[in-house]
Amino acid sequence: MERGCARDIQLNDIARGLEQAIRLILAADPELLGIIFLSLRVTGLALLISTLAGVPIGAGLGLARLRGHGLITAILYTGMGLPPVVVGLFVYLMLSRSGPLGVLGWLFTPSAMVAAQTIISFPLVTGLTMTAVRSVDPALRVQVRSLGATRVQEAWAVLAEARIGVVAAIVAAFGGIISEVGAVMLVGGNIAGRTRVLTTAIVLETRQGEFAFAIALGVILLALAFTANLALLRLQGKL
Amino acid sequence: MVYQSERLRHAYAGRTVLDIARLDVNAGEVLALVGPSGAGKSTLLRLLNFLETPTSGTILYQGRLITGHVPLEIRRQVTTVFQRPALRRATVRENVAYGLRLRGIPLDGAVDEMLGRLGLLPFARQPAHTLSGGEMQRVAVARALLVRPRVLLLDEPTANLDPYNVGMIEEIIRADNAERGTTVILVTHNVFQARRLAQRTGLLLSGKLVELADTATFFNSPADPRTAAFVRGEMVY
Ligand SMILES: Nc1ncnc2c1ncn2[C@@H]1O[C@H](COP(=O)(O)OP(=O)(O)O)[C@@H](O)[C@H]1O
Ligand SMILES: [Mg+2]
Repeated sequence: MERGCARDIQLNDIARGLEQAIRLILAADPELLGIIFLSLRVTGLALLISTLAGVPIGAGLGLARLRGHGLITAILYTGMGLPPVVVGLFVYLMLSRSGPLGVLGWLFTPSAMVAAQTIISFPLVTGLTMTAVRSVDPALRVQVRSLGATRVQEAWAVLAEARIGVVAAIVAAFGGIISEVGAVMLVGGNIAGRTRVLTTAIVLETRQGEFAFAIALGVILLALAFTANLALLRLQGKL
Repeated sequence: MVYQSERLRHAYAGRTVLDIARLDVNAGEVLALVGPSGAGKSTLLRLLNFLETPTSGTILYQGRLITGHVPLEIRRQVTTVFQRPALRRATVRENVAYGLRLRGIPLDGAVDEMLGRLGLLPFARQPAHTLSGGEMQRVAVARALLVRPRVLLLDEPTANLDPYNVGMIEEIIRADNAERGTTVILVTHNVFQARRLAQRTGLLLSGKLVELADTATFFNSPADPRTAAFVRGEMVY
């Protein structure tokens, strides 16, 4: 069978794949661990950057009554729906040797993947934070001011009230980029041991018919998303 | 005199909703304001709480002209309890203590004492949004009184509450006014409440202060026929 060529899947392939997947996970297979670790590192860093920038900006947009608010909102919502693969193409062009940021030498490194995931997650964190802040009862804001809050205290009170929505924004962004494949594939190149993450590895292993490994990776990806959502529900007091 | 106001006018989108020639509020008095819905009562309270700047006219607070930016130490002397209590997503105790937190005042026995006075001690650790309407309003009143305001503005604080909660809130307002000399401006639809609590009562109609008099005079021998009609419970425009 040729490399990269898919073969027909049979039921017992899946069963055997599952069994081997569990064995791989339990054995803490070093290759598997490396891929998980890189995924978390890239996504974690991208999420950290979008959170540090997106939460204050989203909060500011939610609190302020700016002119051109509608336009900003439209831009943000468009950004939230950006096709990741288009972001990947954009980052690829920027970072390619002849591109404007080519001197950085980031293409096919984790830095490029962080850049792409940051661009994907920033509008999500910002837009959802803005929505959460705007949905806080305006009467509460007036009440807080009437109780003698400074401007900063007032903003803080509104943000605190929106905290569940803000955390939901961060979790949604996490779910969006950890499971994203197009952009990291383009700008990272899926190089074994260097830029191979959970999603790109699943694509590769599936193509090669290595279902056990692919399933193991899939299970872990699901587990990560599940844990993130559990944490969110917990925070919302629904668990 | 806590407030002296002249030619106070406020407009929204060019429509004048408040136009009061003169309003003086004495230190330590309980002043009731009555009037139909839309008369401008809430607007007046927002202006007196410095939450909005009047379109024109002057407000003197403690003899000091209030313009544009109001210093924090002055803002912190005045607070409002609104008809619909706006509570934070926190425990009852945290909500009641919030005004002190804003001022960086360490919490002490005063918080629990205030909770006790409004029958809120059993709820202290409960999330505020799980309370009943009357309990929530008691939290809002406790929170306002705990910052020891010089001026307490009450915007229909007991509308839609049952007699038990009304009684409890009226009692603490009366006590606070008597003990600390807090100036109270009470907006109410309930003329009996005005009679029970206020030394002076005023009638607002379509943004105008029709009459402001001693409560007894206001109810028994009002000067303006519109006041007489309002007191009798007739529709007034
Ligand atoms: N923020 C606002 N924007 C526009 N109009 C307002 C606003 N607040 C109040 N008004 C109008 O001002 C008038 C007086 O309102 P308000 O002070 O709430 O009356 P009251 O408290 O006596 O019922 C009403 O006609 C109301 O529609
Ligand atoms: Mg009103």
